[in-house]
Amino acid sequence: MAARTRYAPDRGLTVRMTATMFLLGLVFVAFVAAIIGIGAAYHASSAAIVLFAVVLGGGFAIGSLFYSDKIALRTAGGREVSPNDGPMAHDLHGTVDRLCALADMKKPRVAIANTDLPNAFATGRNADHAVLCVTTGLIRRLTPEELEGVIAHEMSHVAHKDVQVMTAASFLAIIAALLIRIAFYGELFGGGRGRGGNNQNTGIIMLALMAVSIVVYAVSFLLIRMLSRYRELAADRSGALLTGKPSALKSALIRVSTDMARIPTQDLRAAQPLNAFFFAPAMKLNAKASLSTIFSTHPSLERRLAELDKVQQQLGRTAG
Amino acid sequence: MGFLDTLLGRTKPVQPKLDDLFALPSAAITLDAGAGFKPTGSGSVCFRPVEGRSFSDVQKDVQELLDVSSGKEGGLPVEVTTDSYGFNWLVSSHMSDELEALVTDLHAVNSSLVDNGFGPQLLCTLVAFRDDQERRLGLIYLYKRGTFYPFAPLSGERRDNALELQVKGVIGSDLKFEQDLSRWFPVWGAPGL
Repeated sequence: MAARTRYAPDRGLTVRMTATMFLLGLVFVAFVAAIIGIGAAYHASSAAIVLFAVVLGGGFAIGSLFYSDKIALRTAGGREVSPNDGPMAHDLHGTVDRLCALADMKKPRVAIANTDLPNAFATGRNADHAVLCVTTGLIRRLTPEELEGVIAHEMSHVAHKDVQVMTAASFLAIIAALLIRIAFYGELFGGGRGRGGNNQNTGIIMLALMAVSIVVYAVSFLLIRMLSRYRELAADRSGALLTGKPSALKSALIRVSTDMARIPTQDLRAAQPLNAFFFAPAMKLNAKASLSTIFSTHPSLERRLAELDKVQQQLGRTAG
Repeated sequence: MGFLDTLLGRTKPVQPKLDDLFALPSAAITLDAGAGFKPTGSGSVCFRPVEGRSFSDVQKDVQELLDVSSGKEGGLPVEVTTDSYGFNWLVSSHMSDELEALVTDLHAVNSSLVDNGFGPQLLCTLVAFRDDQERRLGLIYLYKRGTFYPFAPLSGERRDNALELQVKGVIGSDLKFEQDLSRWFPVWGAPGL
C-alpha cells in the first residue's frame, strides 16, 4: 500500500540538472579524446604529463573531499558546540534535532562561527562526517523560524551529497587547470633544453594541449557553476518541503540578501573560497545581473523566490 | 536515497511507520512490573504544521474527531499547543488505566494526517508515565524510524540518563527500541509530560 503523497519531484529542475551533467560528461569525453589525439600525434611525453595531471588533480580532489569539514570550519572560524554551550547552541541543537528526526537523518555536528557575516554552510565528505555551521550574524538577524528554514536548506545539501557531487564535477576543471599550467611552463622552459629535432614538435604539442585545456576549463567552469545553481534550487525545495514553511525560507533569503549587499567588499574577499557551500553567496550582488548570473554559484534571489512559490502552491493544494 | 536521487538532488519525504505504536499497552504492563512506572493517561502527537489552508483544515477535523470521541466518555477535550520550535502538539488526556483508548486516539491523529498526504510532517508521539516518587518519564515513538526511546527530564533541562537506560533494559525487548543513542533527542517542556 503506497501512502498518498503531495510531494511531486520538480520535473523541470531534474531535466535541467540531467542536461548539465550530460554536457559535463560530454566535455570530459571530448577532453580525453583530444588528449589522446594530441599524444598519439607525436610521442609519449605528453601522455606522461597528462597522467601526472590526473594523479595530481585526483589527489587534490580527494584531499579536499576528505578535509572539507576541517578546512571549511577553519576558514570560516567555526567552533563545534555542544547543547550545553549557552542558549544559542542549545536552541540550534534543538532545531537540528527535530529536523533530523523529521527527515530521518543522522545528526550532523553543529558549529557556530563568531562573525557578523550572516551565513551558514554544511560540508563534510559524507553524512557521518557532516558538519553544519551557522554564523552568529545569521542567528542574530533571523527569527527562529527563518533560521530553521536555512538549516533545513543546509541539511538538504548533506542529504543530496552535494559536497561529493560537486567535487566529482570539479575534477575535470582541476585537471584542465593543472594542464594549462604545466603546458605553459613546458612551453617556457622546455624549448631551451636542446633535444635536437624534438624541440619544435614538443612546442606544438604543448601549445595544443594548452589550447584544449583552456577551452575545457572555460566550458566546464560554466557548467559547474550552472550545476551548483541547480543544486541550490534543489536544496531550497527539499528544505522547504521538510519544514512545510516555504515562506520562512523566502523571508530569510530576502533578509540575508539585502543585508549582504550592504556589507563592504573587502571583508568578503576572505570568504570567497567557501562560496560554493554557503547559503547565499558572500559577494556583492550585481544589479545588472545578466552576465554575472552565468558565473555565480547561487541562483538569483528572484529565481529562488519563484521556485519556492511553486513549493508553496504544492503544499497548499487541497486533498485530491 | 538511491544513486539517481543523489545525482539529481531529490529527497523523497520520509513516510511515517505507524503500526509499532500498538505494542505500547503491553509494554506498559511490563514497565509497571519491572520499574514501577504507570501511565498518567496523557499522550501527545507532535507534528510540523504546514502553511496554507489545506493543512489547517485537516488539523481542525482531527481535533473535532477527538473531541467527539472523548466527549462521549466524559473525558477532557484535546488541547493543541505550539512549542518554541514551531511544532504543534496535540495532547489527548484519558484516565490512567485507558492506555489502549489513548493509543487509539493517537493513531486516529496519525492516520488522518497520513490520509491527507501530510504523513511526512509527523515527528514523534509521546506517552507520559510516572512512578511513586513522582519521577517523570516519557516514552517517545519516532515515526520515521518506527522506534521508541525513553526521555526522563529532571529540573533545569537535565536528563536522568540512568533511568532512561534502566527503562531500556526493562522493556527493550517488548518494543522496537531505538539502538542509536544519538537519536534519543530531548523534548524539553513537551506538553502532557
